[in-house]
Amino acid sequence: MCFYVFISMIDPNRKKIRARQEFLIKVLLLFCGMVSVLTTLGIVGVLVFETITFFTRVPIFDFLTDTQWTPLFTNKHFGILPLFTATLLTSVIAMLVAIPLGLLIAIFLSEYVSSDVRRVLKPILEILAGVPTIVYGYFALLFVTPILQKFIPGMNGFNSLSPGIVMGIMILPLISSLSEDAMYAVPQSLRDAAFALGSSRLQVAFKVVVPAAFSGITASFILAVSRAVGETMLMAIAAGQMPNLTLNPLVPIETMTTYIVQVSLGDTPYGTLEYQTIFAVGTVLFLSTLVLNIIGGKLRAHYREMYV
Amino acid sequence: MDKTQNIKKIVLPGIETMNKITTNPEHFVLSVQDLSAWYGTAQVLKNISFNIQRHQVTAIIGPSGCGKSTLIRCFNRMNDFMPVFRTTGSILLEGQDLYSSNIDPVEVRLKIGMVFQKQNPFPKSIYENVVYGPRVLGIKNKKKLDQVVEDSLKRAALWDEVNHKLKSNALSLSGGQQQRLCIARALANEPEVLLLDEPCSALDPIATAKIEELIQELKRNYTIVIVTHNMQQAARVSDYTAYLLLGSLIEFGETKAVFTTPSRKETEDYITGRFG
Ligand SMILES: Nc1ncnc2c1ncn2[C@@H]1O[C@H](COP(=O)(O)OP(=O)(O)OP(=O)(O)O)[C@@H](O)[C@H]1O
Ligand SMILES: [Mg+2]
Repeated sequence: MCFYVFISMIDPNRKKIRARQEFLIKVLLLFCGMVSVLTTLGIVGVLVFETITFFTRVPIFDFLTDTQWTPLFTNKHFGILPLFTATLLTSVIAMLVAIPLGLLIAIFLSEYVSSDVRRVLKPILEILAGVPTIVYGYFALLFVTPILQKFIPGMNGFNSLSPGIVMGIMILPLISSLSEDAMYAVPQSLRDAAFALGSSRLQVAFKVVVPAAFSGITASFILAVSRAVGETMLMAIAAGQMPNLTLNPLVPIETMTTYIVQVSLGDTPYGTLEYQTIFAVGTVLFLSTLVLNIIGGKLRAHYREMYV
Repeated sequence: MDKTQNIKKIVLPGIETMNKITTNPEHFVLSVQDLSAWYGTAQVLKNISFNIQRHQVTAIIGPSGCGKSTLIRCFNRMNDFMPVFRTTGSILLEGQDLYSSNIDPVEVRLKIGMVFQKQNPFPKSIYENVVYGPRVLGIKNKKKLDQVVEDSLKRAALWDEVNHKLKSNALSLSGGQQQRLCIARALANEPEVLLLDEPCSALDPIATAKIEELIQELKRNYTIVIVTHNMQQAARVSDYTAYLLLGSLIEFGETKAVFTTPSRKETEDYITGRFG
């Protein structure tokens, strides 16, 4: 047996076959990698090209400072601010719901329940993330908004509060699940140390586990914000389609993503100024998530020095 | 070198003598009485009785899996977190049963500190590690905390090596330094008893020697229980030795007696390396 293995190890034919296999796999993997890299480059290329053409026709200063967005009307204004603040507002509302709830759920799952209960609860929670966003949209419009209107009389049928809250629920599993993974990965020995020093469960969770898992927790926040910023269907259905520079969560607005669908679904001819606006807005959207990711990376790097 | 010289000779050949000692609380801090423990249906400790003397080092030795860790984790109720774990019998801390229903396990852990087999400093600064316990107790005064840090690190023989970098991450220390930091962290709570579960198992001989020296130093103020795999270590550092085998206490007595004239054949086999 030993002898046989030895023979096959030095068999030159086998060596050649193995080398060829390795080479094929390498090429295949390289190809897969290139597909995603090229797709990204292609998207960025189109975005940049169309956006530059847009800015040859609309001054970038107007785009950044004008407080009105009316490219589809006869009196055209191209101020991104109303769309940008709308996205900001809905995302902030969503995060106000999702961060505290998500963290508490994560702490509960990781520190308070037995592994059996966790094995059952976690997948149930993750189902929330699998519900189609259009369902969330109508849930916000037809269920949450009417309920909120009972408590807040002046509230419009389209508003940012209701879809913001619903989006918070939608991204909740993203935060709770990823944070829980990060907390669960904190070595038991650190919890033992904290308990042996007379900590209560709550103190162990907040003084030891959360700080040690901080990097993973921030990652989950960033991912959740990116998701919130990019969410389209929910906003298009329940937040309205009215560009409105306001921080009032009770009135209709239009987010960047909603504007993009609105134009894409209409019959705007290729190459027109209206057509190019969606690329300009898309670029802003792209930059927003990019900045978020960079901030997240910086935060994580900073805290990684302190914890682990 | 021989620290057992001036200690009253208490050889414990049988349960009768042990009971005599348990009636005199002056001598001991912890008194284990007929302690049995189970993980689910598997019994891992069987009717264990012995006393731990104040300001002495008690070593617990025995082959792997005999229940040493389980036993000392009973002393600070660290087994509470396992739902399948259950005990009978009692452990008295200065006459009070640690497992009686009116005892708060958090209080127990404040009185009985523990250092684990593998050094487990928090991934925070050296300073933050030491003040963790006092902070949990609600001490906020910066001066007081600074003082605690200095005192504890000095008592753990680490101050000279780290006093210039208290703000740096504890994980940047060497393994031996980390273990002494864990000892300092436990001392910052001012416990009465210090439990050490194989504190040197991950350390090299030099770091081990440092910790052993430290144990000799600490026993002036603390009662120490140390679990060790290392027979020589038990002989070097301890005043009393308990030998566990398959969850039963085979022998307990003065270290010198246990090592030179063991009363049981099993002990002799284990000590001389003829075990198994
Ligand atoms: N969490 C647990 N669940 C079930 N059984 C356990 C658990 N922890 C320990 N045991 C069992 O209890 C017995 C004693 O374990 P313990 O850890 O106390 O041994 P030990 O003497 O400390 O061993 P070592 O020297 O290897 O650390 C072993 O048989 C072990 O399998
Ligand atoms: Mg052990």
